[in-house]
Amino acid sequence: MDTLRGKVAIVGAADTEVGKVPGLSSTELCIEAALRALDDAGMSKDEVDGLVTCNSMAEPHMYQAEVLAEYLQIFPRYCISASAGGGTTYSSLFHAANAIAAGVCETVLICLADSLRSGLSRDQAMQMQSSTGHREFEIPYGPTVPAYYALIARAHMDTYGTTPEQFAAVAVHARRHAARNPAAQMRDLISIDDVLNSRMIADPLHLLDCSLVSDGGAAVILTSASRAKNFRHHPVYLLGAGEGHSHEHISQAHDLTTSAAADSGRRAFHMAGLGPADIDVAGIYDCFTPVVLIELEDLGFCAKGEAGSFVAAGETALEGSLPMNTHGGLLSHCHPGHPGAIFALTEAVTQLRHAAGERQVGEAEIALVHAQGGIMSSHSTLILGRERD
Amino acid sequence: MTANTEKFLPHPTPVSRVYWDACRKHQLLIQHCGNCGQYQFYPRSFCTGCMAREPAWEQASGFGTVTTWTVVRRPVAEAYAADVPYVIALIKLDEGPVMMSQVNGCDADEVRSGLRVEVAFAAWSEQVTVPVFKPAGPAP
Repeated sequence: MDTLRGKVAIVGAADTEVGKVPGLSSTELCIEAALRALDDAGMSKDEVDGLVTCNSMAEPHMYQAEVLAEYLQIFPRYCISASAGGGTTYSSLFHAANAIAAGVCETVLICLADSLRSGLSRDQAMQMQSSTGHREFEIPYGPTVPAYYALIARAHMDTYGTTPEQFAAVAVHARRHAARNPAAQMRDLISIDDVLNSRMIADPLHLLDCSLVSDGGAAVILTSASRAKNFRHHPVYLLGAGEGHSHEHISQAHDLTTSAAADSGRRAFHMAGLGPADIDVAGIYDCFTPVVLIELEDLGFCAKGEAGSFVAAGETALEGSLPMNTHGGLLSHCHPGHPGAIFALTEAVTQLRHAAGERQVGEAEIALVHAQGGIMSSHSTLILGRERD
Repeated sequence: MTANTEKFLPHPTPVSRVYWDACRKHQLLIQHCGNCGQYQFYPRSFCTGCMAREPAWEQASGFGTVTTWTVVRRPVAEAYAADVPYVIALIKLDEGPVMMSQVNGCDADEVRSGLRVEVAFAAWSEQVTVPVFKPAGPAP
């Protein structure tokens, strides 16, 4: 069967500064990311004929992608603003890859940024808090975003005996990785006790079970495999991609402890002709610690109910069997909202280029990144390889 | 700028208006398809089981079971600050559908998955009464 496998490659990737970046608006962060990725590829902006971005909360435009194209003075033939929450990066890359494979365009710039820490007015911050959930049947009861995820965490504890200490281990390992990443927003090491003693936000989630609020952006440049060797760095090929969509509102989820990551992962592995044992390094969406455990299980890295002990045993540490979120993740590197997952992608590219320095995972050949948007709603998985075949 | 002292009140749609009107009369209505028998919540313009239009409304027993829960300790907005800590739970109604609500009428520490609850009603404004839940009394 003719699939996308090996048809496109990432030839440019770069992050802006992240954390607190008050000097740049959300739009300017996006432009900065684009310029850095073009520079990384050694490419002129005039070679770009496709543009994808996400909606911005701090600086929303009706036509987000057109604003960027105009600012850059590029005139693409493929130009969209995508919105799938935290899953936006990978699902839009999947769409862009299909567009390239179909001959719609040749080289797509995917750039995402937001300014949640410095750029939100008080009203915008309030709006952001209260805009998640069903307007009639959830939001009136006063749930917070951590509360939605706490419902999932509690269900996993009730079903599998997962413990708060196991959730905390996810945050502890993320911080250990961030400590090796000079770009990360939070680099001071933390312990399990630090997590458990941090303020309870929504039982069983403590402050340190929750990801950061950040400014920042990143961009990647995707082109056809036939052009991929014309650029500065070793290309990183797309070997597999898949999505899964199960609900929007958590009260409508048919299953709280098994997510549509099972579908997106199965589809991505099928396209790649690979399985969990083939993955050398992973980026697993970590907006809240319990999410990581469910995704690890649903992607097939361990059996249902076993991810807590898998992480607590150090399997996802740099020296473990599945080094995960080696940049520090949303928990410790940065989390600017919709763009969040792009940093795990740029990290995967860095790892597959063997350029991650102190946090390099050996001679990594295959990477998997997975993200979800909504409340475990919209799942997307990418499998990337250093070689095309 | 006015302080945000009002909770996030629902704005009924043409489909949900029947539900919210009934809440003001302390009745919990759910949809029950006359064609295939499926119960569903939230209200929709059609039955997701068989695609029949305009499923019928039926008064629910008002009893259900907590399937998962959390205690919100940091309120979502000022209007909820006086309620902290408050319990947000998913409740599986005895008829089958699941709804989100608050569990009141007991200490937050007493809420557990599996807790039997029954509906109560809280008037949040002259126009809006919302269904909340409390631990179920002894079986009649």
